[in-house]
Amino acid sequence: MTEKKIRVLVAKPGLDGHDRGAKVVARALRDAGMEVIYTGLRQTPEMIAEAALQEDVDVIGLSILSGAHMALAPRILELLQKNGQERVKVFIGGIIPDEDMPRLKEMGITGIYGPGASTEDIIKDVREAAQLRNT
Amino acid sequence: MSLTQSLLEGNRLALARLLTQVENDSPEGRAALAELFPHTGKAHLIGITGAPGTGKSSLVNQLALHYRRNTDKKVAIVAVDPSSPFTGGAVLGDRVRMRDLSGDDGVFIRSMASRGSLGGIALKTASLVQVFDAAGYEVIIIETVGAGQSEVDVARLAHTTVVVEAPGLGDDIQAIKAGILEIADVLVVNKADRPGVENTERALRSTLELAHPTKRVFRHHGKAMTIAGSTIDSSVWIPPINKTVATGGQGIAEVAESIAKHAAHLRQSGDWAARDRARLVSEMEALLRETLMDRFLQNVQQENYEEMIEKIVNRNISPHEAVKLLLNGK
Repeated sequence: MTEKKIRVLVAKPGLDGHDRGAKVVARALRDAGMEVIYTGLRQTPEMIAEAALQEDVDVIGLSILSGAHMALAPRILELLQKNGQERVKVFIGGIIPDEDMPRLKEMGITGIYGPGASTEDIIKDVREAAQLRNT
Repeated sequence: MSLTQSLLEGNRLALARLLTQVENDSPEGRAALAELFPHTGKAHLIGITGAPGTGKSSLVNQLALHYRRNTDKKVAIVAVDPSSPFTGGAVLGDRVRMRDLSGDDGVFIRSMASRGSLGGIALKTASLVQVFDAAGYEVIIIETVGAGQSEVDVARLAHTTVVVEAPGLGDDIQAIKAGILEIADVLVVNKADRPGVENTERALRSTLELAHPTKRVFRHHGKAMTIAGSTIDSSVWIPPINKTVATGGQGIAEVAESIAKHAAHLRQSGDWAARDRARLVSEMEALLRETLMDRFLQNVQQENYEEMIEKIVNRNISPHEAVKLLLNGK
């Protein structure tokens, strides 16, 4: 009767109010059979790390369109580490300038998706990341 | 140190991991439940149910805030949302309304997908509640999926069931139908700043007046399970009706008071123990059913089984006859 579902936290840190992208991704992951915990707008890094801990998620998807990704992403990664959740993989979707991408990956962000990214790619990458966490 | 040991010492990460194990019904989860079970039985389980959009999550948010401000009890919330019947996926969105609770170590919110259960909660909700109970959460709030008329499983699980209504959802005939209103220990008319609130309250009140104070008898596979109430009329619990505006926090203290009065009533009348007993019996029987089915499927000849299904589909024999033959090893 063991049933392992992939659990994903979809969160929007920061102050911009554009949540359409986050909702599209949440819906796509749902349709791929995953359990998506959706936290809504204007989450602080502390709120996101706390939700990730309580929900014991495998993967976190952050939607950032405010330009504050270089401040928000490292803070969230740091909090995850502090909580003993360094194995949880973090993805970012939104508007990320090309020059920031390598630095975000260096910090430990697993994947970055801009406008036009296919949900199929996202689903595939999330599945792989969840598998990595649980091995 | 084992996860269960860490959990008993208050480690939140261990708690979160064990909740997952238990929800997935893994061997580790089962072992943990067995180890934790002696530590359970201390919490007050409060069920919150009602139609989609009546404001259950907002009410849960405010109730938890109220308990954290006025007591030193730790509060756990198990919030259930539906799984897709087609893909098994789910979007669990109850946390959106509970942002006021973040940053408080005395609150633990866990979202849960219904995973195919139709009674308003998931098959493993009762087990998750036991884990929280063992972890020392003295108030455990269980929020059901948006419930229609007959998603009443939460009443078997909770000590106190709160049914949330909102103005404009139906007339007084809806109020006298069997089902969800019958399980209410406390009735809340939320969104009380909306027009029509008087009508909703009146319909509910007249329903309560029409009702004979009945004992709770759950139909449990054909067998009636009475949760014996006292026969003295003065001790029969009549559900109070509280009006709230959950988004603004109005009326929450009154709801908390109604819940506390109900708990006191249960303890005084002996219903607390009776409900505990009924819950544990129904949990054991559900497991028994599941285990017997598993055992049967392990022992049955696969070809026989498939053949029997074909016969039913072709209308050669009825499902009843098929079961009889299968159980006789045919």
